[in-house]
Amino acid sequence: MKSLGSIRRDFAPWNDPNAKPYIQFENVTKRFGDFTAVNNLSLTIFEREFFALLGASGCGKSTLLRMLAGFEEPTAGRILLDGQDLRGIPPYRRPVNMMFQSYALFPHMTVENNIAFGLKQDGMAKPEIAARVGEMLKLVKLEQFAKRKPHQLSGGQRQRVALARSVAKRPKVLLLDEPLGALDKKLREETQFELMDLQQNLGLTFVVVTHDQEEAMTMADRIAIIDKGEVMQVATPAEVYEAPGSRFVAGFVGNVNMFEGKIARGEAGTASIDAGNGITIRTENAGDAAAGATVAFAIRPEKIKVSSTKPAGAVNAIEGEVYDIAYLGDMTVYHVRLDDGQVVRASTMNAARITEDPLTWNDRAWVSFRPDAGVVLTR
Amino acid sequence: MNATWSRFNITSIVLGFAFLYLPIVLLIVFSFNESKLVTVWGGFSTKWYVSLFHNQGLMDAAWVTARVGVISATVATVLGTLAALTLTRYTRFRGRMLFSGMVFAPLVMPEVITGLSLLLLFVAVGLDRGFLTVTLAHITLTMCFVAVVVQSRLVTFDRSLEEAAMDLGAPPVRTFFQITLPVIMPAIVSGWMLAFTLSLDDLVIASFTSGPGATTLPMKIYSQVRLGVTPEINAACTILIAVVAVGVIAASVVNKRREVQRQLDEQAAQRG
Repeated sequence: MKSLGSIRRDFAPWNDPNAKPYIQFENVTKRFGDFTAVNNLSLTIFEREFFALLGASGCGKSTLLRMLAGFEEPTAGRILLDGQDLRGIPPYRRPVNMMFQSYALFPHMTVENNIAFGLKQDGMAKPEIAARVGEMLKLVKLEQFAKRKPHQLSGGQRQRVALARSVAKRPKVLLLDEPLGALDKKLREETQFELMDLQQNLGLTFVVVTHDQEEAMTMADRIAIIDKGEVMQVATPAEVYEAPGSRFVAGFVGNVNMFEGKIARGEAGTASIDAGNGITIRTENAGDAAAGATVAFAIRPEKIKVSSTKPAGAVNAIEGEVYDIAYLGDMTVYHVRLDDGQVVRASTMNAARITEDPLTWNDRAWVSFRPDAGVVLTR
Repeated sequence: MNATWSRFNITSIVLGFAFLYLPIVLLIVFSFNESKLVTVWGGFSTKWYVSLFHNQGLMDAAWVTARVGVISATVATVLGTLAALTLTRYTRFRGRMLFSGMVFAPLVMPEVITGLSLLLLFVAVGLDRGFLTVTLAHITLTMCFVAVVVQSRLVTFDRSLEEAAMDLGAPPVRTFFQITLPVIMPAIVSGWMLAFTLSLDDLVIASFTSGPGATTLPMKIYSQVRLGVTPEINAACTILIAVVAVGVIAASVVNKRREVQRQLDEQAAQRG
């Protein structure tokens, strides 16, 4: 596991200008009648990458996957796999396999025959098929369920059969449409790690569609955030979270507090934002925001400290009133209403077992944060 | 169940069932009548069943009916399934409404009109009335019933099963025969059984379209009854009822068993 982890850390072909793209969407547009599901979208995915398409339902992410699988043809633009244009190639001749959201297990076949189906289509010899099926069953730990029919399995077992079936042919690319959507929370978390191990061990390229940001953050090397058929940002999970490219991305991934205002540039990359009502925010992460532009300052809840007195020497400290407290066990979330009415969300890890929290409802409180804690968003 | 057996409820049920089944019970009882007079009880006997099997006319008619039923139900099942597939799969072709209306019109068309128009057609094209024409007519009649049954199954059919098969390398035709057909098979089988039953008891259309040498059992019974009801006819009808009843009961028992087994399996899977 440790070695895999280090491979994973070093894996960043997207930063290498000489890396050869594996899957390329080039100005792809897909329209269904008057509805544009995918709008002039370009995207590059590298070999062995675990790539996530993240977006709300109806954003076009599933359409992208279905175009890659061959169930839909782009209205305009082209899709390349390993340099080959996929246009006109039917799904049954593409070197990609898909794991369906509904699993789509063949109800009249046993687990064994479900997994063997794709191998039989290729005309593989019987002993080889049997060996491969056995290997797949072992991989997903379902050896003793080989003779069962899909309706005799639990939800988690069905999911694993679907997975085994879709990797049995050793496809170049595995497409996963909401692979964990039908599982309960605990099973989902376990399966996330199983999927990551599987991807590493088989050395496959995974493209996963999900609406669950936690799932995408946990599993993916890179995430593409899709909205209304367009890519909003493509980046690693950490970048997406810590350096969102736009207000939309910042709001879509995780919780965020935003202050809108005009920016003034200070010296050495610093800047201050006049957020109105006497609130001025000083930041070191102003990026390339032009002076005088209206920007948003975005800061994550865990980077904000709540205290009953104004912390000494704090660069950014705003006074307000404790409006709500949510104790979640591992952390406590405070909602502090500033004097201008805006509610700021701040979360504190409960590191000590018994917390002597001096703050309670309707107390006056200060929210404070460091100048490098948030980011300035121009879009 | 905490419904109370009020006098009103009991009366309703007794009257209802009597209305439905008294004539049939009467027919069955009188098929075991010793007496030659249909409405006078003369003691128990099975002699009419014996004489039935020696009645060549009735036996010939039964054989014709069986053959017409099997052939027409089979052809109607193929055509009806194709129609159902087209109607559920190609939802946006020109004239779909017209086509679906035309497939289902015979469901509500008075049989007399269907029969008469078929007769006119056969005369117009110079087809001699006989076994072929009555079979064709029954295909026309029963095809739409098959289409309805199969279509209702296809509406709930998960298209991703077909996509999964194609994704795994099966071309469309192979996907149809290895995935679609096996999954919708129960609906096709019940469509066939419905078509066969409809063909079995059709009198009106058969009367219009049948010719010499192709008299079906219902036609034979009807013509004999006009000369007077004999206990032999009662016996023939009792056998028909028995055949249909056994078929229906067997089908529902098999279905029920499969359902129970499935539930047990699912519970077992849930336990691990």
